[in-house]
Amino acid sequence: MSKKPTTKKQVETTGHSWDGISEYNNPLPRWWLWTFYACIVWGVAYSIAMPAWPIFASGATPGLLHSSTRADVAADIQKYADANKPIEEKLVATDLNQIANDPELVDFTRNAGGAVFRTWCAQCHGAGAGGNPGFPNLLDSDWLHGGTIEQIYTDVQHGIRDPLDPDTNPAAAMPAHLTDGLLDQTQIDDVVQYVLQISGQQADAAKATAGAEVFANNCTACHGEDAKGMQEMGAPNLTDAIWLYGGDQATITKTVEFGRAGVMPSWSYAPEGGTARLSEAQIRSVAAYVHSLGGGQ
Amino acid sequence: MSSTEPSESGPLYAAREPVFPRRVKGHFRTLKWVLMTLMLGIYYITPWIRWDRGPALPDQAVLVDLANRRFFFFMIEIWPHEFYFVAGLLIMAGLGLFLFTSAMGRVWCGYACPQTVWTDLFILVERIVEGDRNARIRLLRQKWNFEKIRKRMTKWTLWLLIGVATGGAWVFYFTDAPTLLHDLLHGSASAVAYTTIAVATATTFAFGGFAREQICIYACPWPRIQAAMMDEDTITIAYREWRGEPRGKPGVAGNGDCIDCQACFNVCPMGIDIRNGQQLECITCGLCIDACNEMMDKVGKPHGLIGYIALKDEAKERAGEHPTNVWKHIFRPRTILYFTLWAGIGIGLIVALFMRSPIDFNVTPNRDPLYVVQGDGSIRNIYTLRLRNKHGEDTTYRIFVTSEDREDHAPLKLSLEGQPGDTVTAPADQLYTQRLYIEAPAGSKMAREDRSEIRIWVEDVKGTDRAAAEAVFNGREQHH
Repeated sequence: MSKKPTTKKQVETTGHSWDGISEYNNPLPRWWLWTFYACIVWGVAYSIAMPAWPIFASGATPGLLHSSTRADVAADIQKYADANKPIEEKLVATDLNQIANDPELVDFTRNAGGAVFRTWCAQCHGAGAGGNPGFPNLLDSDWLHGGTIEQIYTDVQHGIRDPLDPDTNPAAAMPAHLTDGLLDQTQIDDVVQYVLQISGQQADAAKATAGAEVFANNCTACHGEDAKGMQEMGAPNLTDAIWLYGGDQATITKTVEFGRAGVMPSWSYAPEGGTARLSEAQIRSVAAYVHSLGGGQ
Repeated sequence: MSSTEPSESGPLYAAREPVFPRRVKGHFRTLKWVLMTLMLGIYYITPWIRWDRGPALPDQAVLVDLANRRFFFFMIEIWPHEFYFVAGLLIMAGLGLFLFTSAMGRVWCGYACPQTVWTDLFILVERIVEGDRNARIRLLRQKWNFEKIRKRMTKWTLWLLIGVATGGAWVFYFTDAPTLLHDLLHGSASAVAYTTIAVATATTFAFGGFAREQICIYACPWPRIQAAMMDEDTITIAYREWRGEPRGKPGVAGNGDCIDCQACFNVCPMGIDIRNGQQLECITCGLCIDACNEMMDKVGKPHGLIGYIALKDEAKERAGEHPTNVWKHIFRPRTILYFTLWAGIGIGLIVALFMRSPIDFNVTPNRDPLYVVQGDGSIRNIYTLRLRNKHGEDTTYRIFVTSEDREDHAPLKLSLEGQPGDTVTAPADQLYTQRLYIEAPAGSKMAREDRSEIRIWVEDVKGTDRAAAEAVFNGREQHH
């Protein structure tokens, strides 16, 4: 079977010819042309109706419709802020200890507080609140400054050792015993052995005995006679299994030699003419959230 | 040189030839009336059946609760995660269609398909208002005078009412029917309800009144698939041309049984002539059989010039032999296989339905961090328990934990966030979320090992139901 040769209508060519291949001069399809014209009309109309032409230093022409996606986002945010207003007011009016008894507030703080935590707190404390060396784990049973909801709320509000906020928690810093010349190297080695011993780790018994005296003379003011720490001073319990910076010999030695002073920012502090980073309702939400993670007391 | 160009080059579009099915009486027509009443009855009445499930759950027997994502079917309640039941039912529906088509051709199309049932109803209305076939043809050709306008308006109004009733019944399946009816009548129902009714009304009106057989021929995929489902044992409608041909006046020597009265063609809702053989359009509704049998009675010939027949029997009948027993056509390896698959899935679904644990929950371990070291050196793992209370009332559950490790006798301690004891009360018909803490004592095997298997149990404090979920406990690996 062979195909019947089709007789094509002679089409005008452009006159260009390369290696015997000539170029047809077909007109554009009518539908295509009309679509093209419609697009031009649309483009002009669009640039009049919508923000389109850049204006130096002042953005762009606003357009007749004054459309702004930025304003839409702001309106959306405002809409949710307005929707949350009643429950936020209720949260602010409720005693901190009563939040856990109100299912509506529990639900709200779990979500809103969780969002605040993941936005502002997770950088140091971890997304799951499991902490990092130097930044406390908020899930465990140990609290440097206290694990009641009031204490958590106060610490979020004013921070720890935040030089900007006069109401901050002024917890005493761990002195740098070596660089400040408070203890010599032998005393430090001894007291480290003692700390290892009382926290149930392997220690040199002879050195630890000597270290006990160093400890009694230098450390008990903050860590207590029994070394179980004092929350008012922000001094940790040295006999338990939880270590903020690490419980191995090298880390403890470094801590004693050079000191420690962790800082947490104040979240209610507002600079001159500025606003606080977190609102009262947000601070309460995140305090309730942290309190409900398993460590709350 | 031969030409391969098409002989015709007309438009591909074929204008619809109007179909005016004539009234017919007979066994198949009666069967169709019965099935139509039954199916329309089921469709319209089902949403109004009540079924008591306790105070917190709806009392509608069949309800697709989209808002709360539940499906209720009498004593059965399906949650979204049990959607495999719906998938199973759909597979059964597919296999059922295979089974019936391979055994009896397009019986679904002819008797049970909503398109057929509603079209039948619309044609009934049409006949009552405008008269039978000839009257309707006359009316179509007639100029638009008062009579034509009156009849058309009456017909369309009745069709529209059926459409509204159809769309109206549809929405009752998705929300409490009495409440919705009240709201609909008072104009206070949701826009979704009105829109759905409007769309269903429009489609019913258009499909049943105007599109009719075109839906089957052009829109429905089933006519295309059916060819693969049918074989020479499939019982389908055929004209016994070896008995009927040549057509002509009865009593004239040499003529067959067919008197060429066109009755089979006139009653056909698809507008085809069955004497041309099996066709894509034929929905095997059996009306031509009734029409032909009626005629055969009048001319004193035996029934069955048009009848249900398997292709295999055609050769036998031509040779004057007895056809094979109909059951032998139906029970053959292919249909038995389809039935076995269909029944197997059905039994599987029923077993799965009754094996469903009355307590349904899952446990997700907290992965950030994997474990928490407590002050006394014990290791805590955190889990999130999601518990579905499928009862119509609040239910209290006890939660406890067991270890699979027989060597480790140190007891695991379980505590609940915000709850003093080991019980939680889950609100009726809700998903309840609870944070769990499980602690392995300091120095115990589980506290030291990387991963240990544990089981978290939930039991109904009032009943005997309990269920367990496997979980992993992460300990602190020791590096010295």
